Amino acid sequence: MDKIIYLDHAATTAARPEVVEAMLPYFTESYWNPSSVYTPASANRKAVDQSREIIAKSLGTQSQNIYFTAGGSESDNWALKAAAEAYENKGKHIITSTIEHHAILHTCDYLQSKGFEITYVDVDETGILKLDELEAAIRPDTILISVMFANNEIGTIQPIKEIGEIAQKHGIIFHTDAVQAYGQLPIDVDEYHIDMLSASGHKLNGPKGVGFLYIRKGLKLRSFIHGGAQERKRRAGTENVTGIVGLGKAVEIAFDTMEERTKKETELRDYAMNRILAEVPYCRINGDRKKRLPNNINISVQFIEGESLLIMLDMAGICASSGSACTSGSLDPSHVLLAIGLPHEIAHGSLRMTLGEETTKEDMDYVIEKLKEIVEKLRTMSPLYEDFVKKNS
Amino acid sequence: MYSEKVMDHFQNPRNVGEIENASGVGTVGNAKCGDIMRIYLDIDENQIIKDVKFKTFGCGAAVATSSMATELVKGKTVQEALEVTNKAVMEALDGLPPVKVHCSLLAEEAIHAALWDYAEKNGIKIEGLDKPKSDISEEEEEEEY
Repeated sequence: MDKIIYLDHAATTAARPEVVEAMLPYFTESYWNPSSVYTPASANRKAVDQSREIIAKSLGTQSQNIYFTAGGSESDNWALKAAAEAYENKGKHIITSTIEHHAILHTCDYLQSKGFEITYVDVDETGILKLDELEAAIRPDTILISVMFANNEIGTIQPIKEIGEIAQKHGIIFHTDAVQAYGQLPIDVDEYHIDMLSASGHKLNGPKGVGFLYIRKGLKLRSFIHGGAQERKRRAGTENVTGIVGLGKAVEIAFDTMEERTKKETELRDYAMNRILAEVPYCRINGDRKKRLPNNINISVQFIEGESLLIMLDMAGICASSGSACTSGSLDPSHVLLAIGLPHEIAHGSLRMTLGEETTKEDMDYVIEKLKEIVEKLRTMSPLYEDFVKKNS
Repeated sequence: MYSEKVMDHFQNPRNVGEIENASGVGTVGNAKCGDIMRIYLDIDENQIIKDVKFKTFGCGAAVATSSMATELVKGKTVQEALEVTNKAVMEALDGLPPVKVHCSLLAEEAIHAALWDYAEKNGIKIEGLDKPKSDISEEEEEEEY
């Protein structure tokens, strides 16, 4: 295998060389604890503050509202559990969507076991939240709405501003899991009425193990990790200075390059989606064609199963992912694909390809040619295809 | 995640296809769970499996176990084929990941379903063969995580 074509940027990305370079001194010569009083340590405090400032600016807020965490899952857990605890006297009802990441859904399961009531608002066939159902679900005891900014599997971008307005109108806290969207889409927390926002470093060419939670000033959220006074006493533990510096650098570059990068990705995404639709028979695009992350392609290929497809792509040097049951460790295919109304057998045949800035048109041409060969090979093996052909001949 | 043998049988599956006017055809599994196997048997008057073909919708392990199961029953008598268990299929493939064991059960069941069809068509009874369950996947429990 000579070249690997990596089309799983929604899973993780490589840290940029500039990011690694920015991080390196903080492992060795500048290893100080930012909280220490001696002179050299102040450089590390400054480095952490600088990253916080970069991130705050990217969201149109002040740096005191940015809290560093160990990543997206921690941010999601913190936001939901702490908001539930802080406002349970007002009510114990939480609204979320059917297509959230498991960091949200399983946290909701946990909260339900603690006596909270969860309403899961449905999405339409392209994965967009039904706003009328959201508004209808609101009750006097609703304390929190959590809806992801953009979906990790099908890339659908939610009407975040409208959701924020609804939440604000009813005086309900609004959290958004922006792990996939942050760095790909412009976000203004005030314009969108976002009260809490989760993001992660490794999805935008930063390091793994670091992320942040934006918390609107005035929210009475308590600490999730108890200990020292770091992060304005809301998240204890010596700061992950290297990670935070890397995250800051990654955010800076992601926002500087966003317009050009996402324009290129969107063009390549649409080119590839159109070619696949035209050249691979019996397949469909999952998610919204326009309100979609610039780098996300998600298709369902009828009559074949996703894991087989992934292994064959892997053998051709192509890294992608699937919502098939076989890749999830359970017998059910992706909850997102089922939520947009796909029957199980179509959901089993899904393929997600998420582009990166290094992905070229030549890469996608190669991938599509391989995909066509593989689909044909798997279909000759498929009893479902055999039945379909016989029925239609 | 898969052994070399599993990968070999997935990449180069043996006996893929259909048999026209097959002596017995068995289809097991369901699309809902993501696995369907269909086995075609060509059995002569001496109850020897002269040819066998399969088609499978499923993951890498599902394809590999189908392929190996067809190899194990080819040229055997009906009675010998009945003794090809899912364990034998797994051993011949140098093992399967625990979450994929159900694929080997499906392969065994597909062979049995094809044999059952053969017996019914010919009005004979095969010693030790019970009517196959149409869907074994429902026995699987969802993994807790």
